[in-house]
Amino acid sequence: MSLLEVNDLTVQYGNHAVVDTVSFTVDRGESVGIVGESGSGKTQTALSLLGLLPRNAKMTGSVRFDGEELLNRGENHLDGFRAQRIGIIFQSPMQALNPYLRIGKQLRQILLQHKIATGNDADAKVIQMLDRVGLPDPERQFLAFPHELSGGMRQRVMIASALICAPDLLIADEPTTALDVTVQAQILDLLEELRDDMALLLITHDLGIVAGRCERLLVFQAGKLVEAGATVAVFASPRNEHTKRLLAAALRADRGEVLAPADAKTVLGVEGATVSYRDSHNARLQAVVGVDLSLREAETLAIVGESGSGKSSLVRAILGLIPMQGGRVVYAGEPLEGPVELRAAAQRRDLQLVFQDPVSALNPQMRVQTIVGEPLLVHESTMTAESRKDEVITMLQKVGLDESYLRSYPHQLSGGQAQRVAIARALILKPKILICDEAVAAIDSAVREQILDLLRMAQHESGLSIIFISHDLAVVRSISHRVAVMYLGRLVEVANSENLFALPRHPYTKALLDASPVPDPLVAPVAALLKGEIPSSVSPPSGCVFHPRCQYAENICSERRPELRQIGGARVACHRAEEIDLSS
Amino acid sequence: MKRSGAILLFVLVLAIIGPWLSPHDYLSTNFDDMLRSPGLSGLHLFGTDDLGRDLFVRTMLGIRVTLLVAVVASLVSLVIGVTYGAVAGYVGGRVDAVMMRFVDTLYALPFIFFVILLMVAFERNFLLIFVAIGAINWLDMARIVRGQTLSLREREFVNAARLTGVSTARIIFRHIAPNLLGIVVVYVTLTIPQAILVESFLSFLGLGVQEPQTSLGALVDAGVNQMEGASWMLLIPAAVLALILMSFNFLGDAMRDFFDVRQTP
Repeated sequence: MSLLEVNDLTVQYGNHAVVDTVSFTVDRGESVGIVGESGSGKTQTALSLLGLLPRNAKMTGSVRFDGEELLNRGENHLDGFRAQRIGIIFQSPMQALNPYLRIGKQLRQILLQHKIATGNDADAKVIQMLDRVGLPDPERQFLAFPHELSGGMRQRVMIASALICAPDLLIADEPTTALDVTVQAQILDLLEELRDDMALLLITHDLGIVAGRCERLLVFQAGKLVEAGATVAVFASPRNEHTKRLLAAALRADRGEVLAPADAKTVLGVEGATVSYRDSHNARLQAVVGVDLSLREAETLAIVGESGSGKSSLVRAILGLIPMQGGRVVYAGEPLEGPVELRAAAQRRDLQLVFQDPVSALNPQMRVQTIVGEPLLVHESTMTAESRKDEVITMLQKVGLDESYLRSYPHQLSGGQAQRVAIARALILKPKILICDEAVAAIDSAVREQILDLLRMAQHESGLSIIFISHDLAVVRSISHRVAVMYLGRLVEVANSENLFALPRHPYTKALLDASPVPDPLVAPVAALLKGEIPSSVSPPSGCVFHPRCQYAENICSERRPELRQIGGARVACHRAEEIDLSS
Repeated sequence: MKRSGAILLFVLVLAIIGPWLSPHDYLSTNFDDMLRSPGLSGLHLFGTDDLGRDLFVRTMLGIRVTLLVAVVASLVSLVIGVTYGAVAGYVGGRVDAVMMRFVDTLYALPFIFFVILLMVAFERNFLLIFVAIGAINWLDMARIVRGQTLSLREREFVNAARLTGVSTARIIFRHIAPNLLGIVVVYVTLTIPQAILVESFLSFLGLGVQEPQTSLGALVDAGVNQMEGASWMLLIPAAVLALILMSFNFLGDAMRDFFDVRQTP
């Protein structure tokens, strides 16, 4: 008998089935991955196992855990299973932790609730658990509030709360989606390490995560389970069309073709760019420090780094959305300066931005026609309404949408469609430079490939230069000619893609590459190289800002700030770049 | 929404055509027919007051005046409040600080004192009531709109418009303002009853509408004096007032859903 047996599980809201006759099992000690795009019913399945769905959800079928039926049973009955037998980790730890309760108290409550420990015994158990999940100084963190911890630390606390009763099954619902790749690697390692003989149901949209970490794989599509099997077998010979598509769309950072460098004249030059703000405590935060970059014609330059590395601040300062405290930007021989409102119209139309969240980037009260046509209204004031509409239709067709979308509101579009509309708006003025700020991060992998194709096509047709900000090196590998790596507001490495992916010169670049999950079960995941998380830019570390997290750091690294130097085909800011060997 | 809208429409139509259907007018007194209770006799549907005037016609007149004051005052507060709040919120910085301190200063003025001052300084007239009520209500509206604008300003679609080169005025009126619609509509349907209450209150104090003109508030005031002998003089206008207030509140809820484009499939 399996530990968890799900039979013909169906979850309906009204007449709409979000999970449709799904059956699978999880054995003791087994790790099973559930993959699928957003809206495929992964999370609904997981929540239904523990009776966590809203009241209007109608569930039929059967969920047996260790022989006992869980579906549609009372809260009292389920409480005996929650936490004690089945633990669960959610995607957003900030929302899953109560902001008004200290960490220790929240974990303690679980022990008290299930009568596992009381009094000092419970406190000791909690502290021991916090220590096991790798929280530094657990006695102190016991008294911390959730907002005082970083995202990665919060997720560790969530893991502690899920594991504190030593359950037989752990359900992890997109446990690392909200985290940086480097922290993701740490959290996945931790789950692996703590798992022992516990069964794991890992839900994710990222094939790279399940490839290295799950024995079996369940593929969901539109509420149905379309393929199940051993991970290695599914990757080697997928039977279902949808699985094939998912696998084909999965990008990898460790191998594959890279684009040869574009050899053309520079269109945009950035010298010594410095951006700082005051944070809510009025402390000065150095978001970008002395960055020199250039962008060539028809080139895609990727800027990568963890969140907090200053990527977005840099491009927003270039565009004039936020003020730049130092340095200058030169576009086509002319300086770009001042807030965007004060710049020349010609400069404004040549630089456009595509945002990460397409839904927030489109005015919810405007129809697609107005959104895409607005730039024309501003810059081509003599154009008639008729010809503007024609232009909008032509543009929509270019991004793969047709006339029928003209009257749609943004909320009626899927994420991929909304991002196409945003790209159409950015391209309708035929800009020379397009800046994409995590433009495909919030989009399902199959649609992501189409968006990337769209960008490649626009570049091919009109010689568009693209600055592509991303945290995902697999995507970067597939689209960029050159890569700039940023850490804590500083450039640490700039190199052509062919050099950077073959031989990273900076330990940080190497760590990012290793942390990028590989969608191939035959490649074992590299144990997370990078410990800890990106520090605050209010008080950056001395010398090389990366040295506290760098395994190669020596005395000189904490004393002197390294400058960018030309080494081989790359510009690297590392004192020890020549000595250390980062190949392999 | 349908029901409360229908009630309001019915009340409005009645208030407009009602007086034409009655043989009486709102002015003429009849000392042979004082304090007659409601009924069909003499065609005084709502009875008569202590001066023998027909209460049906006077109630209809009261509804007209009350609704007019309320709607005009709310529109005044809407236009001033939304523009003021959206500009302060979007431009931000020093402009915002100065504009909002001005609002704070106006808040500090005692309202009744302000109205009495206006009454003393100018002739008592209808217009003053609009001005007085509008002058108070737009302050709340400006604060609410500014708060919303501050959060809307951080949304990416505003940055997208800035990058495109959309003018600040167009950003405020085409990008920010439509997104304020939901909350503004709800707030307006709350200020209408509030304006009605303020007008009633002023009339009750004798500062509002002057005889022989009347409003629901003035009628309630007259009714209170005759409460013991002629309860209908209080109950009928009070019931109409309550009906109107409740209808506006329900309408507000329904309007918020209606103006949310996300509700359309």
